[in-house]
Amino acid sequence: MSTSFDPTAARANVAFRQVGKPLARTDAPGKAIGRTPYAGDYVMPGMLHAKVLRSPMPSARLVKLDVRKARALPGVVAVLTARELPDRLAPTDIPGQTGQARLKTDQQILVRERVRYHGEPLALIAAESADIAEHAMKLIEYKLEPLPAVFDPEEAMRPGAPVVQGTDNVVARHAINKGDVAAGFAAADVVVERTYRTQFIEHAFLEPEVGLAWIDENDVVNIRVSTQVIEHFRFIADAIGVPHNKVRIMGALVGGGFGGKEDITVEVYLALLAKHTHRPVRLEFTREDSFMGHGKRHPFVLRYKTGVKRDGKITALEVGLISDAGAYVFLSPYVLLYGTIAAPGPYLIENLKVDAASVSTNNMYTSAFRGFGAAQACVAYEQQMDEIAQAIGMDRLEFRRRNYLKTGEPTATGFPPPSAIWTERCADLAWQALGEKTKAKGAVRIGRGLAAYQQSYGRLTFLHDTSEGWVGVEVDGTVVVRSGVTDIGAGQVSALAQIAVEILGVTLDNVVVYNSDSAVTPLAGTTTATRALYMTGNAVRVAAEAVRNRLAARAAKAFGVAAEDVVLADNKVTAASRSDKSMGFAELIRLCASEGIQRSELAIFRAPFTDRLDPVTGQGQAYPDFTYGAHAIEVAVDTETGEVSVLKSVACHDVGQCINPAAVEGQIEGGAAQGQGYALSEEMIYREGRLTTPSFSEYLIPTAMDVPVVKSIILESRSGLGPFGAKGIGEPALTPVAPAIANAVADAIGKRIFDLPITPEKIVRALNGI
Amino acid sequence: MPKKKTSPKSPPKERALALRVNGRVLEVEVPPHRTLLEALRDAGFVDVKRGCEKGDCGACAVLIDGVAVDACLTLAWTVEGRDIVTAAGLGTHENMHPLQKTFVEKGAIQCGYCTPGLIVAAQSLISTTPDPSEEDIRVGLSGNLCRCTGYAKVFEAVREAAAQMRNQRGRR
Repeated sequence: MSTSFDPTAARANVAFRQVGKPLARTDAPGKAIGRTPYAGDYVMPGMLHAKVLRSPMPSARLVKLDVRKARALPGVVAVLTARELPDRLAPTDIPGQTGQARLKTDQQILVRERVRYHGEPLALIAAESADIAEHAMKLIEYKLEPLPAVFDPEEAMRPGAPVVQGTDNVVARHAINKGDVAAGFAAADVVVERTYRTQFIEHAFLEPEVGLAWIDENDVVNIRVSTQVIEHFRFIADAIGVPHNKVRIMGALVGGGFGGKEDITVEVYLALLAKHTHRPVRLEFTREDSFMGHGKRHPFVLRYKTGVKRDGKITALEVGLISDAGAYVFLSPYVLLYGTIAAPGPYLIENLKVDAASVSTNNMYTSAFRGFGAAQACVAYEQQMDEIAQAIGMDRLEFRRRNYLKTGEPTATGFPPPSAIWTERCADLAWQALGEKTKAKGAVRIGRGLAAYQQSYGRLTFLHDTSEGWVGVEVDGTVVVRSGVTDIGAGQVSALAQIAVEILGVTLDNVVVYNSDSAVTPLAGTTTATRALYMTGNAVRVAAEAVRNRLAARAAKAFGVAAEDVVLADNKVTAASRSDKSMGFAELIRLCASEGIQRSELAIFRAPFTDRLDPVTGQGQAYPDFTYGAHAIEVAVDTETGEVSVLKSVACHDVGQCINPAAVEGQIEGGAAQGQGYALSEEMIYREGRLTTPSFSEYLIPTAMDVPVVKSIILESRSGLGPFGAKGIGEPALTPVAPAIANAVADAIGKRIFDLPITPEKIVRALNGI
Repeated sequence: MPKKKTSPKSPPKERALALRVNGRVLEVEVPPHRTLLEALRDAGFVDVKRGCEKGDCGACAVLIDGVAVDACLTLAWTVEGRDIVTAAGLGTHENMHPLQKTFVEKGAIQCGYCTPGLIVAAQSLISTTPDPSEEDIRVGLSGNLCRCTGYAKVFEAVREAAAQMRNQRGRR
C-alpha cells in the first residue's frame, strides 16, 4: 500500500487528454437505454416482501400492540415488534469515523414504549407478497395514549417543556469567540439586527429507499441497497448483534441522494427480517414512507447582529443559531457545527461571536441535506449583507468587496484555507453576466440578488477521514478500478474512470470501475460532504500513479531511455526523445505480465487529521479546505398574485480543476433548481408534529415549467486539494441559490420576507401590510 | 374454545391478459386492481421506474399507442391489445434511439432514475410536435420530475434529438 498522497505535489497544467473534457459519463448509456439495474430492480427466488407500520401520532405511549391477527394471516411469514428484537439500539452517528468515539445517541429500532415522532416504526412485516404484507398491516391492533409534546425548538429549551431527548432537549451546542465583539460594536457606526428562518425540506430523490437482504452460506447478512454509505455495515452489525464482518452492503447506482440516503434507511429492518425468516427479504418505501422515513433538512432560526462602519467595514458580528433536531439526534450536532463555522460567510470578521444550539422536539428528525447547515447559514448571512448595504446606503457588491476573505486569510475558526479564494472574481462575473435588466411591466416588478458563499469540501478533519482505491491493468491492456465509493448520480464513478485513464494514458472506453461493495471493493468512505472526488479521486490517482511508474520503468528499459522520458498516452507508449521508439499499451502490459511485474496497486489517501476545535473559542482547523463562488439571480414578481418567476440565473464557482466540465455544469444546474425550490416552494409542513405534505402534490419541487436556463461560469484556480487541483462542487452548487433569490425578491418588492419559503401568500401579505 | 377466524376478504379474481410490450406479447395473470406499473415491473420491465405511484412524478411513463402515460395510473386490464413501449424498447447499446443518444451526449443524465420516463415523454412530444419550441418542451416534460439536472441539459437533448429525427425523416 502506498503512503499518503501529498497534495502539494499535485501537478497542474499538464496536457490533459481525458481530464477537463466534457466527456459523456461512463454510466450514462446504460441509464439512457433503461438497462442500469437500481437496487430496487433486484429480486431473488423465495423472496419475501416487507412493510413498516408507522405511528400516526407524534408523541404517545404505546400501551397495546397485538400482532396475533396479522401473524395468522395466510402468507404472513414474520411480524416483528420491539419485543422480538435483540436488546439493542441502532447507531445514528457519522459512519466510518476513526478519530473519536461514537456519540451516545443510539436509538430504539422499533418503538418500545414511547413514540417520539409521527411515522416512527412500530412493527415490521414480511409476507409472501406485497399485497399480503399490506393487508397484514391493517390487522395489527395497537393503542397509543397521547403524551405531552413540543414542536418548537425555542419552546423546547424552556424549563418545564416536555423532554424528548437528554435532560433538557439540547442535543448540541457550539460556539465561536474570536476578537472583542463588544469593542467591535462600540466602534460601529451602524448596527443591523435581523432574524431569519428556514424551513423543513425534503430531499425528494426520485428513487425511494429500497433494498434486498439475504443470508449467505457464511451466515453473512448481504444487503443490496440504495445508499450513499455502504460503510453502514458496521452500525447495522452493531444493531443486530453480529460481528462487523458478518454484514455485507452492496450498493447500486443510486437514484439520487442529496444527504437523504446518508443515514441508515431500510437496512436494519431488512437485516432483522432476513435473520428472522432465513429468507431473502425486499423492502421498498412508498413515496409516503420515504417522506416519513428519513431525516429532513433542519429548520434554523438565525439571529444576526452586525456592526459596520460607514465606509463598509464590518467591525463585529454576533450570531445566535437554533436548529430543530426533531425527535432523534442523528447528525444534528455536526450540521449545527457546520452552521456555526459558516456563520460569517466568506468574509473576514475579526470580532465574532457565535452561539449555537440544536434542540430536540416531536417533529420529524433532521439530519444531512446537501449544504449541511452551511446552506442555512448562507440564507442568513447573505440576506444580512444586503440589509446592511441598504442601511449604510452602499452598493451591495461594493459592500461585499470591502469584506471578502482573501487568499491566505483566516476563516471563522482562525484557519487559513490552503487554496485560492476567488470570491470577488466570482461575484463580479456572475453579476455582470446578468446583462441588461428585464423591463418591468404592469404589476410585475423586476429584482436582482446575489449571494456569495464559503462551503467546505471533505469531512470535518477531527473525524480522521481516509479513502482507499485500487487500480490494475488486465493482461489485454484494459483497466480496472475498484472503489467502495457510491455513485449517487453526480458522476462519482465516471470521474474515477477519467482520473485513472488520464494517468495510465489509455482512453475512457478501456476502463471499468467496480464500485460500492463492502466485501470486495476497497473501502472508500462515504459519498457525502463533497468528499468523493477529493478523497477517492486522490486514492485512485495515487494508485494509478504507482502502476504507471512501474509500467514506465519497464518501457524505459525496452526503449533504452530514462523513465521520465516515457510517455503513456492514447493507448500508446512512446519516448519523448526517441521518435523511433514506440509500442502499444497492451504490448507493454503483456511484457510486464510475462515478467511478473505488478500491474496493480491499492492506495490509501488520508485527509488532514486534527483535534476537535477549542470548545470555548471555536478556534482550530475544521475542514481540509473550502470552495468559493457566487450565484446571481433576476426575478419577476407579480405584485397582484405574489407569484415569483426566476428569469435569470448565473453561477460562478472556482472548482479548482474540472474533471468533467459537463458534470460540473450538471451539478450547478441541479443545485440551482434545488435552491429555487428551497427559496420559493418547498416546505415539509408539520402541524402539531403531523406531516401534512406527504406527496409531490403537496410538496412542490421545481418542474420543467419553473426553472430558468442557468448560465455556469466555471473558474479553475487549480489550487484545490483534489486530484489535479480540483475542489468540490456538489454542495457548493446549491448553497448560494436560495439567498440570492431571497435578495432578488426583496430588491423587486422593496420588502424582505424573513422566513423561507417565499410563497405568493407571504409576498401579498407583505405588500399589503397584513 | 373455537378461535374467531379473521379471514381476509377473498382476493379479487385474477385474469389472464396478453399485453403487447416492446413488440412482444406478454402473458400475465393479474387481478383487476393491478396497475400497469406493477404488472410490467413484475414481468421484468424494470426500466419502468416507481417514483410515487400517484401520477405526480412521471418516472413510470410508458408509451401506449405512441402517447406517454403514467403506468402507475393505468390498470393493466385496460390496455390489453394496445401497443406498449417502454424506454428500453426504444433502443439498445448498439442501436440507440436519437433521444437516448442525445441524453448521453448532452449530459442530461445524472442519477438516471427519471431518465426512462423523460425519454418516453419526449418521444411522445416529438411524435406530435416534430419541431418543438422551448415552451413545447417544457410543457411536454412538465409531468416528469427530475431532482438532479435542473432540466437545462434535458431541454438541449430533446431539442437536438428532435432535429436529428426531422433530418432522418427528411432523408427517407
